[in-house]
Amino acid sequence: MMMMQREPRGFRLDWITIVLFLLLVGFGWINILSASHQGEVTNYFDMEQPFGKQALFIILTIGLIILTLAIEAKFYERFASIIYFVSLLSLVGLFIFGKTVNGATSWYAIGGMTLQPSEFAKFATSLAVAKYISDLQTNITTLKDQLKTIAIIVIPAILILLQNDAGSTVVYAAFFFVFYREGLQRIYLIIGVVIILLSVFALKFGIVFTSILAAAVVFGMHFFGKRKRPMLIETISVLLLCIGFAFGVKYFYEDILKEHQQDRISLWLRLESDPEKLREMKQTILYNLNESEKAISSGGLSGKGFLEGTRTTGKFVPEQHTDYIFSTVGEEWGFLGSALVVILFVALLTRVLYLAELQKSQFSRVYGYCVASILFVHFMINIGMVMGLVPTIGIPLPFFSYGGSGLWGFTILLFIFVKLDSNRLYDW
Amino acid sequence: MRKLLLFSIITTVGLIFIARLFYLQIYKPDVYNLYEDNAIRKVYDYPKRGYIYDRHGALLVANQPSYDVMVIPREVKPLDTLEFCSLLKITKQDFLNIYNKAYTYSPRLPSVFIPQLSRNDFAMLQEKIRKFEGFYIQKRSLRDYQRSIGANVLGDIGEVNDYLIQKYPYYKMGDLIGKQGVEQTYEEVLRGVKGIKFIQKDRFNRDIGLYKEGIYDTLPQSGRDITITIDATLQEYGELLMKHKRGGIVAIEPATGEILAMISAPTYDPNLLVGRQRSVNFTKLYNDTIAKPLYDRGLQAMYPPGSPFKIINALIGLQEGVVTTEDRFSCNHGYSYGGRKMGCHSHPSPLAMNGGIYNSCNAYFANVYRRIIDKTKDPGRGMDIWSDHVKSFGLGNYLNNDLSVGQPGKIPNSATYDRLYGDNRWGSTYNLSNAIGQGEVLTTPIQLANMAAIIGNRGYYYTPHIIKKIQGGEIDSTFTTRINTTIDKKHFEPIVQGMFDVYNHGTAAMVQIPGIEICGKTGTAENFIKIDGVKTQLTDHSIFVAFAPKDNPTIAIAVFVENGYWGSRFAGRIASLMIEKYVKGEITRTDMETWILTHGLESEYAKPHSGQPFTINKGATIDIIPLEKENKDYEIKTTNNLGLKPESTEEL
Repeated sequence: MMMMQREPRGFRLDWITIVLFLLLVGFGWINILSASHQGEVTNYFDMEQPFGKQALFIILTIGLIILTLAIEAKFYERFASIIYFVSLLSLVGLFIFGKTVNGATSWYAIGGMTLQPSEFAKFATSLAVAKYISDLQTNITTLKDQLKTIAIIVIPAILILLQNDAGSTVVYAAFFFVFYREGLQRIYLIIGVVIILLSVFALKFGIVFTSILAAAVVFGMHFFGKRKRPMLIETISVLLLCIGFAFGVKYFYEDILKEHQQDRISLWLRLESDPEKLREMKQTILYNLNESEKAISSGGLSGKGFLEGTRTTGKFVPEQHTDYIFSTVGEEWGFLGSALVVILFVALLTRVLYLAELQKSQFSRVYGYCVASILFVHFMINIGMVMGLVPTIGIPLPFFSYGGSGLWGFTILLFIFVKLDSNRLYDW
Repeated sequence: MRKLLLFSIITTVGLIFIARLFYLQIYKPDVYNLYEDNAIRKVYDYPKRGYIYDRHGALLVANQPSYDVMVIPREVKPLDTLEFCSLLKITKQDFLNIYNKAYTYSPRLPSVFIPQLSRNDFAMLQEKIRKFEGFYIQKRSLRDYQRSIGANVLGDIGEVNDYLIQKYPYYKMGDLIGKQGVEQTYEEVLRGVKGIKFIQKDRFNRDIGLYKEGIYDTLPQSGRDITITIDATLQEYGELLMKHKRGGIVAIEPATGEILAMISAPTYDPNLLVGRQRSVNFTKLYNDTIAKPLYDRGLQAMYPPGSPFKIINALIGLQEGVVTTEDRFSCNHGYSYGGRKMGCHSHPSPLAMNGGIYNSCNAYFANVYRRIIDKTKDPGRGMDIWSDHVKSFGLGNYLNNDLSVGQPGKIPNSATYDRLYGDNRWGSTYNLSNAIGQGEVLTTPIQLANMAAIIGNRGYYYTPHIIKKIQGGEIDSTFTTRINTTIDKKHFEPIVQGMFDVYNHGTAAMVQIPGIEICGKTGTAENFIKIDGVKTQLTDHSIFVAFAPKDNPTIAIAVFVENGYWGSRFAGRIASLMIEKYVKGEITRTDMETWILTHGLESEYAKPHSGQPFTINKGATIDIIPLEKENKDYEIKTTNNLGLKPESTEEL
């Protein structure tokens, strides 16, 4: 009976994901057009202009999607390691053949086109992580396997960092969510949260305040905690570790970070109170953020309309068609349009998560988690940065930002999962 | 639990983003304002400024085009500098200096390269400008004064300052605004409303087209013309008569309150304050703190009025019933009181009111004044009654008219003396000088002219004003509302007769005009300045007020000439000539005209600044000015009292 209702193998695609993907890509292109057009637009495929190139990239993407879906689902699992090594090779090759743009040696120049292998490394790493974790031999709760898994993601991350593309490196932190889902001990989560809180408090409120607060919390847990009371020496060592870490953060911030990185963090935490310095910063490192916030703010409830954004048309926001594309949405489509984009992303991410949980094979589930985590980190950092909630980290908004490599990388990342998902009923 | 971590983080981040969007786009932003958007260039389209005509329709102020050569440094291509410089009459070094300055200001934005080309240079350059890329010509509109008269009346226009921009948001940096005279008071009528274009620009400030195809743009509304009450011929004649003297003339049409002429001497050519040399010339005028050409003596000079004020005391005496026209008072070369004496000149004695007026007897008016103040036992009350009567003549306060400047003058009341001497510790002898218009009384020439108009009208006036007609508009109703004094009409006839007799056989007998019945009153005012901190008396001011004809007067006038000595010497002559010019249109007393044109007071004015000891009044000096041969008009047009000449427009 069931066999009769079954659709042809490989065509049971999750259309909700696909529609969300198409909506994002289409709306993204409309905004790239706004952000990059000059005067009357006569030819939507004008190859001199970013919107024209992006139109071509999108068309080529369709071919890429068909190719991705056409390949047998088992291929991705079997060849995960090979894909990963090829990807690592392509990253290493950059040190020899790479082209430098904006200080980052992240591109291969092929003919008139440039290709950014770090965008493809994301899905390759995801495949490798999924493959390794889903291996029957692997037990993620053991330190040995934890170190091995971390090595899988740290190698490409370091290669990318060495190319001076710190933004893309940060994305690899996304895999933490995957490990946690697959059984990483809760203590790592607690340590992670504590590290973040300690860093923020140490920078924002100073070491003395942070130490007192840490002492209060640690001793509070020691004496009033529900669990079995630990030894006092343990509690004290934890406290000393916290205080030491706070000093470390302060030292890292003041002596290791470059000035522009320091400024970004100081800005994010609102550490600078001198109005003179702030005004100067608005002209320099704050300039992008300031202009992008003004553009978003000027959109109001319903925006100024397609191609009517004065700041967008005047190209007041630098890099608007790439990393700052969301400010165009804010200005021309207002609160309604921008909130819609946020909702579309949340819908896509939760849909992928939901599908991942449905997977029968661990490989597919882990891979789905990787997809959701990577897309989420991009979404959070990019939109957060454009609105001044997150320190400036230059990474693109998936499916939205201009750029062929980015679009293709994310498309392959997502559609491998769509393919895996379409195959889940045949998994065993 | 583990399944929900990422899910809940994603949802939380989504909600935070939407909250942030709400804060940025709906909660925080002040309503999106096109004017404050720095991505939009606002280009203003300035309408034609309204013309100004005199009461007979003669054009006084029009507009003239002026041409600025503009440059956008980045767009300049290598050019034939030799040819370009010779067209603009500059040197190559000048060219480089200006170009570098413009480049420093902004390579992408237009700067003024040469402002206000002469018409000839413009014609030459216009043919060739297309050869010089990056340069273009921009037209501007300047004021064009058709006749070099009435600088104080017409005023001028100049760029708004920061204070005005803050106060009136209509004005933007570089806008022009009326600065003095009717240009200032009728600014809103004359200027019209500027149009605006919103132009989208990019981050390099380059224009990239009209914003939203210009749906928010507005067209300019052109300025409206005005007709002022000034009689240009009379104004010009008055300015001619006042040459080489300092002082003011104000002439009013009593039946309407229209100001026929308003002269302040020394004056200047209004064309000095037009165009490139405006600030240089304005500074020169402004810095002349001795002759003070920017000070309108007809409106701003407050002096003790002297004898003309006696007329008001006579009217108050009659109104209060403390004196009749037949009461006689004796005068023994003055009026003695409390061991002091107010002096008087030789004349028959005793005198009734008529003789008291035309002989200007101090003793007569001292008696009248004391009777007014001492009418009741309380001098304070008498003083306040007197003060209220005087103020009903428009004295002691601003006239609230449409002139850009003015002074209130001063009329004392009981409070004034209570402050000086203590409550009720004074009497009429403490301020007897008020009887003869000295004391604490201060008036401006326009107030005196208005007083003459009131007497000519027998008891009422219209607020003196300068606007006659506004194109497509009404003049302010306060100028057409009759204001009555507190004196009954019947008391005016004996006074008018007394003023008429001033001309018949009184202090102004020598300035009679055959065929016109003029009523007038001479005045002299003592005045003092401080020289090195020492109060020093100068030669008296010569004052004259008059109206004519005696019945249904068409002109009322007040003339005052600084340090002119006695009333009829300068002021009386000038008032008579002005009246004849206005009433008859021609001058029959050419002897008097010649005397005025050939006599000046410049060396008298130089005395206090010479540092040398000098004599006054009987020791006054007078300059003899050689009469230029029948070309007075030429004289007016080519020089001015400051000896400034318009500078060449070719100069940078």
